Amino acid sequence: MRRRLIVIAVSLLLLAAGAVQAFAEPSKAVLEAESQRIAAMRKAKDAVLAIFVPSGQGGGSGVVISPDGYALTNFHVAQPCGKYMQCGMADGKAYDAVLVGLDPTGDVALIKLFGRDDFPTAELGDSDRLRVGDWVFAMGNPFLLANDFQPTTTYGIVSGVHRYQPPSGTLLEYADCIQTDAPVNPGNSGGPLFDDQGRLVGINGRCSFEKRGRVNVGVAYAISINQLKNFLGVLHSGRVVDHATLGATVDRDAEGRVVVNDILESSDAYRRGLRYDDEIIAFAGRPIASSNALKNMLGVFPKGWRVPLSYRHEGKRHDVLVRLAGVHAQEELLQKSGGTEPPKPKEDPKRKPAAKPKGKGKAGRTEPQETAAPEIVVKNFQAKHGYANYRFNTLNQRRVWDAWQATAKLAEAGGAWTLAGSLGTGGKFRFLLDEQGGALKVPSGEIKWTAGDELGASLLPAHSGGLLPALYLWRRLATTGLGRFGDVSYYGTAPLPGRAALADVLVGSHKGVECWFYFDPADGRMLALEMFADEGADPCEVYFSEYREVNGRAAPGRMEVRCGDETFATFKIEEFKAEKPEGRGK
Amino acid sequence: MKTLLHRIVLILTVILIAAAAGGAPVVATVDQVQPKVVKVYGAGGVQGMANYQSGIVISATGHVLTTFSHVLDTDYIDVVLSDGRKFSAKLLGADPRLEVAVLKIDATGLPWFDLAKATDAEAGTRILCFSNIFSVAMGDEQASVQRGTVAVRTRLEARRGVFETPYRGPVYVLDVTTNNPGAAGGALVSFRGELLGVLGKELRNSLNNTWLNYAVPISELRESVEEILAGKFVARRDAPEKKPERPLNLAALGIVLVPDMLERTPPYVDRVQPASVAAKAGMQPDDLILLCGDRLTQSCKALQAELQGLDYEDPVKLTVLRGQQLIEFTLQSVGPATSKKGQP
Repeated sequence: MRRRLIVIAVSLLLLAAGAVQAFAEPSKAVLEAESQRIAAMRKAKDAVLAIFVPSGQGGGSGVVISPDGYALTNFHVAQPCGKYMQCGMADGKAYDAVLVGLDPTGDVALIKLFGRDDFPTAELGDSDRLRVGDWVFAMGNPFLLANDFQPTTTYGIVSGVHRYQPPSGTLLEYADCIQTDAPVNPGNSGGPLFDDQGRLVGINGRCSFEKRGRVNVGVAYAISINQLKNFLGVLHSGRVVDHATLGATVDRDAEGRVVVNDILESSDAYRRGLRYDDEIIAFAGRPIASSNALKNMLGVFPKGWRVPLSYRHEGKRHDVLVRLAGVHAQEELLQKSGGTEPPKPKEDPKRKPAAKPKGKGKAGRTEPQETAAPEIVVKNFQAKHGYANYRFNTLNQRRVWDAWQATAKLAEAGGAWTLAGSLGTGGKFRFLLDEQGGALKVPSGEIKWTAGDELGASLLPAHSGGLLPALYLWRRLATTGLGRFGDVSYYGTAPLPGRAALADVLVGSHKGVECWFYFDPADGRMLALEMFADEGADPCEVYFSEYREVNGRAAPGRMEVRCGDETFATFKIEEFKAEKPEGRGK
Repeated sequence: MKTLLHRIVLILTVILIAAAAGGAPVVATVDQVQPKVVKVYGAGGVQGMANYQSGIVISATGHVLTTFSHVLDTDYIDVVLSDGRKFSAKLLGADPRLEVAVLKIDATGLPWFDLAKATDAEAGTRILCFSNIFSVAMGDEQASVQRGTVAVRTRLEARRGVFETPYRGPVYVLDVTTNNPGAAGGALVSFRGELLGVLGKELRNSLNNTWLNYAVPISELRESVEEILAGKFVARRDAPEKKPERPLNLAALGIVLVPDMLERTPPYVDRVQPASVAAKAGMQPDDLILLCGDRLTQSCKALQAELQGLDYEDPVKLTVLRGQQLIEFTLQSVGPATSKKGQP
């Protein structure tokens, strides 16, 4: 025993001597940490962008997130660029990029680079897993130093998580953001914040500046990547997108509960039963212990999403899904964010053009020359009111519609449609849908509905929210296609109850009603539709599932219809017939 | 022998584990330190003066060490603990020479820093700073954390125009921008979470517009804190036990204070009577009287009450702040106080 102890003591002494030696020279652990840091930075740097305004005045940073060149930056970096910008990468090359989508409230822009289909991309991390004290690093183009496009790296720790930085007016709100002491300076804006593994956890965009001028003083903020994951789909729509509001405000009462102190009666929250003085327990799965916590969580969702809300009303807990309205009216947002038209480049009177084009003479040209957009940008940009770049909306409309029709094969079925089977409550049903309207036969009788000039004028059957007009619009979208349905746009992606993955959404308007069509991005199938006859009323929600193949078509085997908090009916579809139009004269 | 061997094995094992854990995760230290850091809210909010700062809990029963500043110049001081609980705090006492103050909140069972166990650090020590910087941490959010290195331990070379501050003692100069609005009173700890110092105020060199980021070592503050806890540098709460027959007053010293308009008008000298005791000693208009003897005098009323407790024959020591310089005057009244009206 004693001998064994002596042996152990001697070996430990030797090891300890080694450890002491290791303090003199860097220890293995330190060297390993260093190699890991270098590897993470090496992995991360290739996806980092140095963004330059085409007029040569200003710029910022960005990061590529898909091999086909989609990249994230700040709204306040993209906005001065107008419709296009130039992006330098660590490979030393500059790529042309076009504006895709703008989120002025969240200070985010989505752009697309051209010239490769194998762009290096940043791996997306999970910002909710970040903890105060975790090592992070920022990469980008501070002070626009990167003449060779090599990003500058600054290193630090997470100083705070779930921070709330209020907006200026209603724009540039940093909700649920990451605070870091990794130095972020002017020019870093729009650039990535990576975790110690080189995964993208945020987009740097804001600093606390005060009396020391516009240089970092140890406090910077990054938009969380988890917020961006919520917004990526809607930014792909090419729209100027808005953030969300609950339609209710909260405060802490004397007992420390977060309670509703004001609520709009027109809000979905009100329709879901939320009232003045109710206690907010959780929102979007996070417990709400302060009004700031609610502001934080609201700030990470796009307008139009449905998000879980738990509240206590008269002692009883309610768990509901609440549809979020926009922070702004559409025109207000466009006006505040500087419109959709790119600003004309400003001329710096002190700055002389570096080289004058030959043969133009010396005659004083006072007007700044509009930098001509490269051909690839011209091809990929389409101006339209309300959009950052309408081109990407049409591309996505077509993508979603084509994917749907690839399996649904309903485009040719312009004749009458029949859906028949059994009701969830027992008994048989039969729907007949055609160009004039629709009918539903159930054991208790038949309900007929004719499409008039205002589809919302008659929402039959009663208590369904308008199932017949909703199915009429479903048939109409399939058979008329995108061009002739009415006004159709791609919303982006949104959640559906009971589904983890987001769905692609097309929004169509026809004869006074708006219909949201949800599609599975994986297989193109229609998952649901929601028909809004009136902005202040609950829509008719139709959920399609149990798809099976019928005559070479993917047809839904089950249809569940809900309105408000109630399920109207479930239909087990045993027969699905969609005829071609009769005769040739259609 | 056997026990000795056992001990050696144990000690060596501990050393090795410590060496292996050289890069102890910062997250663990943050979790350990954060509950001992508080946010302090008080006076300010005008003319670019923040109404917030930081503090550290130094007893389980609610003693909070913070920086003596304008933020404490109110009867309504709030302390927010790291768990979000908010308490009204009393200013127990303050030592203007070290710009240190102790607050008391009505709480028990708090995690706290034992000042007796605080250590010193050399240049090169990696550090973490916890503070209410820029009041970023709103509501129940926890203090901001920054990391850096002790650049040097030195004496604060403060002189007119160059880092003007009453404190001229040893400081840790840091290589990270810690001393922003709200940081004063925050914790400076090692990567292992050992308390090293308290973050100082914002400090600017007006000659070259550079800013110094520093913390005051705990070893410099410890004695003062103990004195405050023992009742020194404390504002008088009760009337003097027995009033002297001929109490001293400001007129006898030749000091005229600014008009007492507020609930707590800071005792600034408005005028010094020519040829008076105060004039001869060198007191000047705009001097702010911080201490009378060892008592904190945060208002004109407090100063007058303090003098009332002294006989006119007693020498009185006044500590004043002139610009950013602390000056002590010992005044001895030459005759009985003549003014019956007292001072405004």
